[in-house]
Amino acid sequence: MERTKLDLWVGMFVVAGIAALVMLAMKVGNLSTYNVSETYQVQAYFANIGGLKPKASIRSAGVLVGRVTDITLDTERYEAKVSMSLDKRYQFPKDTFANILTSGLLGEQYIGLVPGGDSEMIKAGDLIKKTQSAMVLEDLIGKFIYSKADEAAK
Amino acid sequence: MSVTKTISVIGHRSVNAVWRIGVASRFFTLTLMHSGNGFRRYNLIVKELFSTGVMSLIIIIVAGLFVGMVLGLQGYETLKRYGSESALGVMVALGLVRELGPVVAALLFASRAGSAMTAEIGLMKATEQISAMELMAVNPIARIVAPRFWAGVISMPLLAAMFSAAGIFGGYFVGVVQIGVDEGSFWSQMQAAVDFKHDILNGVLKSFVFGVVVTAIALFEGYDAPPTAEGVSGATTRTVVTSSLAILMLDFVLTAMMFGGNE
Repeated sequence: MERTKLDLWVGMFVVAGIAALVMLAMKVGNLSTYNVSETYQVQAYFANIGGLKPKASIRSAGVLVGRVTDITLDTERYEAKVSMSLDKRYQFPKDTFANILTSGLLGEQYIGLVPGGDSEMIKAGDLIKKTQSAMVLEDLIGKFIYSKADEAAK
Repeated sequence: MSVTKTISVIGHRSVNAVWRIGVASRFFTLTLMHSGNGFRRYNLIVKELFSTGVMSLIIIIVAGLFVGMVLGLQGYETLKRYGSESALGVMVALGLVRELGPVVAALLFASRAGSAMTAEIGLMKATEQISAMELMAVNPIARIVAPRFWAGVISMPLLAAMFSAAGIFGGYFVGVVQIGVDEGSFWSQMQAAVDFKHDILNGVLKSFVFGVVVTAIALFEGYDAPPTAEGVSGATTRTVVTSSLAILMLDFVLTAMMFGGNE
């Protein structure tokens, strides 16, 4: 086969391969939604994180505002210490609530931020003091059974 | 007496196996050392890219399309039971990008391009073309082996990416166009679940490793083949068997390293 034709075919092959990679990155993967904006770190303590995992999303009013970066057990308080990185564009008041919620009935867990009314904003490295732990199904069922038993006793 | 004989047979085989591994690694090192020359004469690589990459395109894309379509059908059947058909895109995309794309593309590549490489080099040796080159002071490793090696290593990740892309399109065709899964949730859940670094780049890394392994095995078997018709056919068979097994075993090791255990 002559040289120019060969070059053309190989060029087409390489371009098609790279196009497939780019298509995978953009259309299939999350590169197009990759968070390139700056972030700031905040921490929060939870009595129980349930099934929360690193990289879980942090949402406020349903909008993605950050990601969980790290989860460790604080052995002084015996509570889970969750580090989160939040998008710099979004600032939250000091008395913001951090709740661990579940998307759907069996979906993955995420942190929902409910802003309070404080005029001061959370700064990088701050602690979110008001938190609510994950709902654990067994606890819920236990509470339900006890309340039923109380009703029956009355 | 027969016990000592059996033991000595085992010993003989082990020594042979170690010997072969040694020769293979020496051959691999020589190939890498002579790669510089191969890159200088890059039209040699282009020619090999045509025969290994471009000629494998059709089989890779058709196979990818059908694998994706089967994934779409089977995934739908299972996910339907849990009422989560919208996760079909996630299943198809993760399965292809992480595992099936690199592995099946590498298996096809080994049997289509790898066997051809072995047969070509083995026949060159049988017809004494390689000795002729040595006589002309042309280094056969730099002239024949290195360009083929790099062509294989370059085309493997590209082929795997095309396989995955074709497969996702196949899954989309069956899932969305034929069965009627919601198109928006198909793509958006896929995008939410597939991570660029964790899933796509690891898949590319996998196919790169497979490319190195498959081409190295194919070239070594060809170069090492006894210069007879029987020897070349045996070497071609060994290429396909050894590289297929190597791909599947390495895939387990790589998966355990990349995705295993710790989230």
